Amino acid sequence: MSNSDTSPELLSGGELLMRSLQEEGVEHIYGYPGGAVLHIYDALYRQDKIKHILVRHEQAATHMADAYARATGKAGVVLLTSGPGATNGVTGIATAHMDSIPMVVLTGQVMSWLIGDDAFQETDMLGISRPVVKHSMTVRDPMDIPIIIKKAFHIAQTGRPGPVLVDIPKDMTAPNGQFPFEYPDKIKMRSYNPVQRGHSGQIKKAVAELLQAKKPIIYAGGGVILGRASGELTELAKMLNFPVTNTLMGLGGYPATDRQSVGMLGMHGSYEANMAMHNADCILAVGARFDDRVTNAASKFCPHAKIIQIDIDPSSISKNVNVDIPIVGPVRSVLKEMIGMVQQSEANERANIDLWWKDITSWRGRNASAYRTDDSLLLKPQAVVEKLWELTNGDAYITSDVGQHQMFAAQYYKFDKPNRWINSGGLGTMGFGLPAAMGVKLNFPDSEVVCITGEGSIQMNIQELSTCKQYDLPVKILTLNNGYLGMVKQWQDLNYESRYSNIYLDSLPDFVKLAEAYGHVGIRIEKPSDLDGGLREALALKDRLVFLDVLVEPTEHVYPMQVPNGSMCDMLLSKTERT
Amino acid sequence: MRRIISVLMENESGALSRVVGLFAQRGYNIDTLTVAPTEDPSLSRMTLVTHGNERVIEQITKQLNKLIEVVKLVDLTEGSHVERELLLIKVRATGAQREEVKRTVDIFRGQIVDVMPNAYTIQLTGTSDKLDAFIESVINATTIMEVVRSGVSGIARGEKTLAL
Ligand SMILES: Cc1ncc(C[n+]2csc(CCOP(=O)(O)OP(=O)(O)O)c2C)c(N)n1
Ligand SMILES: [Mg+2]
Repeated sequence: MSNSDTSPELLSGGELLMRSLQEEGVEHIYGYPGGAVLHIYDALYRQDKIKHILVRHEQAATHMADAYARATGKAGVVLLTSGPGATNGVTGIATAHMDSIPMVVLTGQVMSWLIGDDAFQETDMLGISRPVVKHSMTVRDPMDIPIIIKKAFHIAQTGRPGPVLVDIPKDMTAPNGQFPFEYPDKIKMRSYNPVQRGHSGQIKKAVAELLQAKKPIIYAGGGVILGRASGELTELAKMLNFPVTNTLMGLGGYPATDRQSVGMLGMHGSYEANMAMHNADCILAVGARFDDRVTNAASKFCPHAKIIQIDIDPSSISKNVNVDIPIVGPVRSVLKEMIGMVQQSEANERANIDLWWKDITSWRGRNASAYRTDDSLLLKPQAVVEKLWELTNGDAYITSDVGQHQMFAAQYYKFDKPNRWINSGGLGTMGFGLPAAMGVKLNFPDSEVVCITGEGSIQMNIQELSTCKQYDLPVKILTLNNGYLGMVKQWQDLNYESRYSNIYLDSLPDFVKLAEAYGHVGIRIEKPSDLDGGLREALALKDRLVFLDVLVEPTEHVYPMQVPNGSMCDMLLSKTERT
Repeated sequence: MRRIISVLMENESGALSRVVGLFAQRGYNIDTLTVAPTEDPSLSRMTLVTHGNERVIEQITKQLNKLIEVVKLVDLTEGSHVERELLLIKVRATGAQREEVKRTVDIFRGQIVDVMPNAYTIQLTGTSDKLDAFIESVINATTIMEVVRSGVSGIARGEKTLAL
């Protein structure tokens, strides 16, 4: 508790809110003002611990807060006004919800006595957001603000994390209020008690299965990142000498440059990862949810494998694919227990997996991820990402949008550390990349932060170049400009005989001039010979935002690509090859 | 598979809409739903009748449990239980019909709770099957003017309870 004298301070509702956020250690709020939150903005003005970042569109505020959470594990905080302000934030809330990202969203609401009267800028935000939040609450008495904020952070950050929305009618924060401020240290909720550890009997059974497996694989998802378990995952994988594949959300959870990594799996996963999954006799799923973009047709998924699944959320278990040994618990503590049990096992209890590694090595030998560089004078998008990886020593924070560029980023930027790859995996939200990069850069000013985007996606939140100027956020924007909504074009090529319906963006702005108009640096890279120099130049401009407009091969497709309704290993490997 | 799921939850505004929203959003079926506060006014008890295959029912219980306001729940159909539903029905009753309707009510152990010159209002409790059977019988005897059913309430048999 912050104050030592016996009688608590008397504060207005707006002040209670600010003090509660301070107690939670909040440094930044991302938001946009308006009528219903004016009292809150005034309380914000009259304190100096929390800094507010004024975006140019509310969606960007939610993505900034979300990316902060993805990079740090702590809940990001968003403040929006009622009505259009709040509805503009819905895409960002849904984005966070799909990827289980902790976030606290404060939305203003009309005066409590006007609720239900279709008052100016009234929207039922609890109703609109209900399917895309972990929980939501409304303030009915200013006195409840501290406990509600405490609950909001608690719920957002524990168990399977997610966004929590708090709707605040304007009168709750009125400046003339006099309410005692006491911030609870702890909170106990009889209806919310996330599991603290896994069932030891189940873990033992799982370890026995793992030790006997002849063709094992670890399938690690975003839960490893969220559960801060990449250290434990790596330790267990090393002890067992098992191959590891990561989901799109899990990249960095296991070092991609390690020998045991077989890369990403799923729709655009690596040949070796999908082959190994399909042929495995035992799969250890860690914080992964058997998403349809991973499994391909669930009925044909990994026919020979015993499946062990560790997840904090019981509803993730056996949802899409039947699991043989479910373990409900925090991935980190479960992995720790597994490590202990494996350590105690005898060498002769363990199956020999040399033959399995032989198979994997031969799949790798096919080198399916090689792209052709010889037939074009244009840059290959894959080469651009590889070059970036090389020049940033694989150590940058990479945010991304949605499309081919996102898949190329995931495939060719080899993440060795968790929390470095920041993308909208579940919802696939175009427009996420730039605000996400801003949220990371603000909190890690000394780190290199690059947004790998497309000319389509970047235009969905390009107004934030202005916010970058105001708060001096020198991110690097690497636009893989193929002149198309490339991923849509790819599907039209493959499934609609190249009938390109509404994909050509033939009125693109001059991005270099646009960046300059916002006060930033723009660089265009047009041919392979300019790539190295252009990228180096951009990265050398440490304190400037650089917009790199990189013209890339417009006809490129992302491969491998799983064939719809097939098994894990039914893949197109190029425009002409199929497994 | 028909299932009766009984839920103990915080008696907070918004809790019910979350349950209903969950069913709509995920495409689960609600056959009937009843809810009211318990002896502890901070808690509500809900009985939900649904149907679906085993995987769907498992997801329903897990997803319900995930709602922050849900304290506990039980699938009553997994053990022996008592289920009751209340039916209020208004039927035409004139001339000879009056006797016949009354006889049917007696057979089903219902009660006539309101009498009009040419109609009755009847109250009947029992399992949903029994109420269905009653409705089928009166349809043969007379014309139905209005039907109100409460939906199922349920409780486990024996010592088992769903409480804090
Ligand atoms: C907000 C939103 N609208 C539409 C889509 C559907 N969509 C997915 S990828 C894509 C094309 C993206 O184009 P671009 O950003 O240029 O990336 P490219 O695929 O060309 O690399 C579209 C329209 C989406 N994911 N998000
Ligand atoms: Mg494009």
